Amino acid sequence: MRVPALIALVLGSFPSLGLAATDKPPLLTGESLPRLPQRLVEMALEALKAPDWLVSLASFATAAGTVVAVFLSAFALLSLIERKTLARAQNRLGPNRAGIFGILQPVADGIKMLTKEDIVPTKAEWFLHLVAPVMIVIPSILALGVIPYGREWLPVPLELGLVFFFATGTMTEVAVFIAGWASGSKFPMLGAMRAISQMISYELPLIISALSVVMLSGTLSLADIVAAQSGYHLGFIPAWNILTPWGFVAGIIFLIAANAESNRCPFDLPEGESEIVAGHMTEYSGFKYALFFMGEYLGLFAISGLGITLFLGGWQAPLPGLGFVPSWFWFFGKLAAIIFFFLWVRTTFPRVRVDQLMRFAWLCLIPIALLTLPVAALWHFTANPDGSNGVLSWLLCSAILAVPFIIITVIFNRRLAPSLRTYHYAE
Amino acid sequence: MESPAPTTRASSPPPAAGWSLPGIGLLKGMAVTAVNMIQSYYRKDRMTTVQYPEERAPISPNFRNFPFLVYDGDNMAGLRCTACSICEKECPPQCIYIVLDRDENGKSLKRPKVFDIDVSVCMNCGICAEVCPFDSIYMDGQYELATGDRFGGLLFNKETLARSTDYHAQLRPLEAAEVAARRKAEEEKKLAAQAAKVAKAKLEKEQKELKAKEEQEKGTGA
Repeated sequence: MRVPALIALVLGSFPSLGLAATDKPPLLTGESLPRLPQRLVEMALEALKAPDWLVSLASFATAAGTVVAVFLSAFALLSLIERKTLARAQNRLGPNRAGIFGILQPVADGIKMLTKEDIVPTKAEWFLHLVAPVMIVIPSILALGVIPYGREWLPVPLELGLVFFFATGTMTEVAVFIAGWASGSKFPMLGAMRAISQMISYELPLIISALSVVMLSGTLSLADIVAAQSGYHLGFIPAWNILTPWGFVAGIIFLIAANAESNRCPFDLPEGESEIVAGHMTEYSGFKYALFFMGEYLGLFAISGLGITLFLGGWQAPLPGLGFVPSWFWFFGKLAAIIFFFLWVRTTFPRVRVDQLMRFAWLCLIPIALLTLPVAALWHFTANPDGSNGVLSWLLCSAILAVPFIIITVIFNRRLAPSLRTYHYAE
Repeated sequence: MESPAPTTRASSPPPAAGWSLPGIGLLKGMAVTAVNMIQSYYRKDRMTTVQYPEERAPISPNFRNFPFLVYDGDNMAGLRCTACSICEKECPPQCIYIVLDRDENGKSLKRPKVFDIDVSVCMNCGICAEVCPFDSIYMDGQYELATGDRFGGLLFNKETLARSTDYHAQLRPLEAAEVAARRKAEEEKKLAAQAAKVAKAKLEKEQKELKAKEEQEKGTGA
């Protein structure tokens, strides 16, 4: 009986999970719809007079299961929408054979991936080769757990949600390097090297830009960060962080760094198919390969969700008077918009070079991200007593950000702009 | 990090094309793809995809692949091929196999008994069509030749290869019309020659008869 007691002790430390919640709101409203499975499981187990630790555990598992189910279906849908969007941008039709509008394409892909042979190269470290794709999916799912999707829908309400998010996000890099190392081949190794250098470089601007939000919200809990962005300026402008000078700059830096963190075009150097086959995924096939994709897309969802939480007001409605719509609807609407933006970026820009990538992170993003911290402080201290900021505060903060931005990017551009090539041998 | 290779860079940078806010180029690029994305839903000329099994792109008259045999009239009896075997000898991958049809006395009937083309060997060069002196073999426009039987299904015999002149006219109207006109002219020339020959023979016969008559008259007179 020791083990259940221990589990109950551990679960008891999450007060808002399971049975600790004493208030019982109505079971089925739009707002609480995503928590319906969790509630039903709890009620069923209580009716069966199950022990407390079992109810907590089951409730926890159902909450996690809901998130995983939602985002796995979103992943399936996104794999289709991505292909459709890219096709449209290139004046093609995209997949349209499997079902109407190709809606069954993800199913077809899944069946194909599952039925493919699982090849492990002879020179591979078979155990690590097996572990890497699993390790790349787990942190993404863990990170998805701490994001507040709605007013009532927060799977794991951690006090240090942001720290947890970045801590788990870092595990992806380890997984990518394990995949590259364990494959026992040169292209995966090159891809893993690139991935490590890229992800570590872009982790810095990502975290620094998130820090300014933490600074002004005064909390690391993602639910509280969303709550700090509630309300409207002048009655209709949402009080989101993106609509402040420092938040705008930090948000854009976060967007770029998030794009690079999730290894997407134009920062898809680790898997640049025209250079190093598929990077760390070269020696993978079948379902392990699909797991890499799943990890990548779930990571994209997670980091977009974090960006929405930090800068776009989380589940807050964009206009007052829209309170009747469930809050998670706004979250997923914003998520769809951000994901579409990522697709749009992917279809537009060519891949950058390794040196350009590094220079962009260290000489452009990080200085400006660092600059947002003092500007955020200035914004805080020049605020009016009621929390709003005057014109002077706006001008000052914008100028402090804009002038170095222009100086840095112009210098940066001049050094990086392609000049006329002279050919010495081919004429 | 900062080491542009001197061999690949110009010694002096090109004149700047005017200063613009950094990032404007990126936005311009994104506008281009956005226009593509939106216009692809209503501009027909943007979407050039032909959804193959349901619709097909029209093939050009110059399109050519595997050969076919032409027959005049309504059936195989009018096959133009005379089994001369020129195409068989010219074929670079030697995918044509011809057996001449003979009657019981061993006399040539000037038609093929067997005319096989192995399209799994054929390389679509069109030399057979070039060399044929009887306007009999032409390159086809048929491209859906996939079959489950990789040996029998790709070995075309005389019956599968034969096409009517109408088919040729439909496939390549200009070429077919030119061939038809030429063949008609030749036919007429041949007929005229035959008629002239007949007339000449008749004339000779008449003259002969006249001569014989004269001789007879001379003989009786003498």
